Amino acid sequence: MATLLLSPTFIVLALVILYPLLSAFHQSLYASESGLDANGFVVDGDVFVGLHNYLSIFTGADASRFYNALGNTSFFTFVSVALETVIGVAFAVAMNRAFKGRAFLRATILVPWAIPTAVSGLLWRWIFQSNGIVNDLINHQVLWTAEGFASQVAVITAEVWKTAPFIGLLVLAGMQMIPEEVYEAAKLDGAGWWRQFGSITLPLVRPALLVAILFRLLDALRMFDLPFVLIGPRKSSVETLSILAWDESNQLHYGAASAFSIVLLLYVALIAFVFIKLLGADIIGDSSTTTPRGSRPAGKKVAR
Amino acid sequence: MTSVSAAVRTTPRGRGRWGSSVNAATRYVGVAVIAVYCLAPFYWMLVSSFRRSSDIFETSLLPTTWSFESYAQAFDSSTMFGRALLNSLIVASITTVLALALGIFAAYAISRLNFRFKSAILAVIIATSMFPGISVVVPLLRLFSDIGWINTYQAMIVPSLSFAIPLAVWNLTTFMKQLPFELEQAAMIDGCTKWQAFRMILLPLAAPGVFTTAILTFIHSWNEFIIALSMVNNPSIQTATVAISKFTGASDFQAPYGAQMAAGVVVTIPLVIMILLFQRRIVDGLTSGANK
Repeated sequence: MATLLLSPTFIVLALVILYPLLSAFHQSLYASESGLDANGFVVDGDVFVGLHNYLSIFTGADASRFYNALGNTSFFTFVSVALETVIGVAFAVAMNRAFKGRAFLRATILVPWAIPTAVSGLLWRWIFQSNGIVNDLINHQVLWTAEGFASQVAVITAEVWKTAPFIGLLVLAGMQMIPEEVYEAAKLDGAGWWRQFGSITLPLVRPALLVAILFRLLDALRMFDLPFVLIGPRKSSVETLSILAWDESNQLHYGAASAFSIVLLLYVALIAFVFIKLLGADIIGDSSTTTPRGSRPAGKKVAR
Repeated sequence: MTSVSAAVRTTPRGRGRWGSSVNAATRYVGVAVIAVYCLAPFYWMLVSSFRRSSDIFETSLLPTTWSFESYAQAFDSSTMFGRALLNSLIVASITTVLALALGIFAAYAISRLNFRFKSAILAVIIATSMFPGISVVVPLLRLFSDIGWINTYQAMIVPSLSFAIPLAVWNLTTFMKQLPFELEQAAMIDGCTKWQAFRMILLPLAAPGVFTTAILTFIHSWNEFIIALSMVNNPSIQTATVAISKFTGASDFQAPYGAQMAAGVVVTIPLVIMILLFQRRIVDGLTSGANK
């Protein structure tokens, strides 16, 4: 019965996830170069090259471009997720204190989340124009959308703008499950606002926050649309691994592109694994029970 | 699941009239900061879209002369933008319907039936949603060129299922788990089959959850970029997000910022309307996964 109900989903997932995975691995062992073989015949098509594509990524011809993209990807991911987390938690605190205008705030905070990333790229390119509003406000001429550090700042700004509210929403939902009595008790014991925040709020929203951060990390690692639209492809200072792989496949270097995408996938898996092992982010949760409000198992983590 | 309004707090601290008015002030400041942060860039896009091309670089808060020039440019026949919107609608709708159709059955199995490896199966489905889009696109691009699917709707819909199905299964599972099993059990005791209990009891009860999942899936598919960019190069098939990223306009000298902003507004407006109508559902759907 369960097999029957689940099999359509798994058949489709096998086609769109498993097949690409195997196929990418397979293709990454080939190079599609047309050339002359040992007997002088024109070879057009795939040549088995073993791990050559991977070697060339790590030590060969593609290495400098690869390490640059890897560095950009990591830099964008960790800086923007760190900023998002701080801003998101601050938003959640502010929203949690607001009585009036909750509905307004909720709609407001969904706007950056809902704007398509491609549109947000256009929007920020316009804002960061050389004669745009940002340069007008800071009264300096900075070429944000060209190359270099300024363009990285532009990408991170746009990324943080779009995704900090998402973290805020998840954290807010976590905060609202904390029973009011805990705060009452803390107040009676003379705990100030910071103490309450550090000893009650943060530990209790930790599970929700960790899941939010994990989602954001994995999402930021595959960043593509934003740098692509905001700055453009083949700009070394904002080239991420996704853009690099896309560019290679666009030039029909499927072997190299596959190798890049496999490396990216391994990187994503590594980060997810380390994050879950190290911090114990609980994604699936207690799979069979739903817990009523106010009595979440997370309570066990209060004790410090 | 948590509903946002359910937990209105009493004043957390501050004694006396002075303390509480300071408190109220900081609260309003907080609301104002969040509103400006979230809306200012969007507002700038909106305002810029209503300026004339000649004063597009103005920095006044409202256009000195209101104009629909940019919208006319965006929908100029050479851009095929109207067609792209239709393509987006087709691709996102079909993706949503397919993901829901498969997701409902998978979620029913996971939330209602007992079988081995259940949490492992859910974990696999969730893990697939973390798959980088590019790792799906590169191999499928090759496959689709071989079977002649490039520049077709299915070349965008099928890969989109790689993120839409996990999203749908996960959301629906969370919703169905919250619904009481007792009603279905009672119906089955009264002689309903499992299928009848599913169709006549669970499905109507789960309708709000299905609806929320549909909204979320639709928004994600509408916003999809990398698949549509890679699988299609024919302007009459490409989706709106790809189309506006390729806007170059008639003049080669200057990017048509006005038209880009107008098109951006048009692509975003359906989503903003959805937010205004269904904000509570969307928030519940987004947060229910992370706060079980």
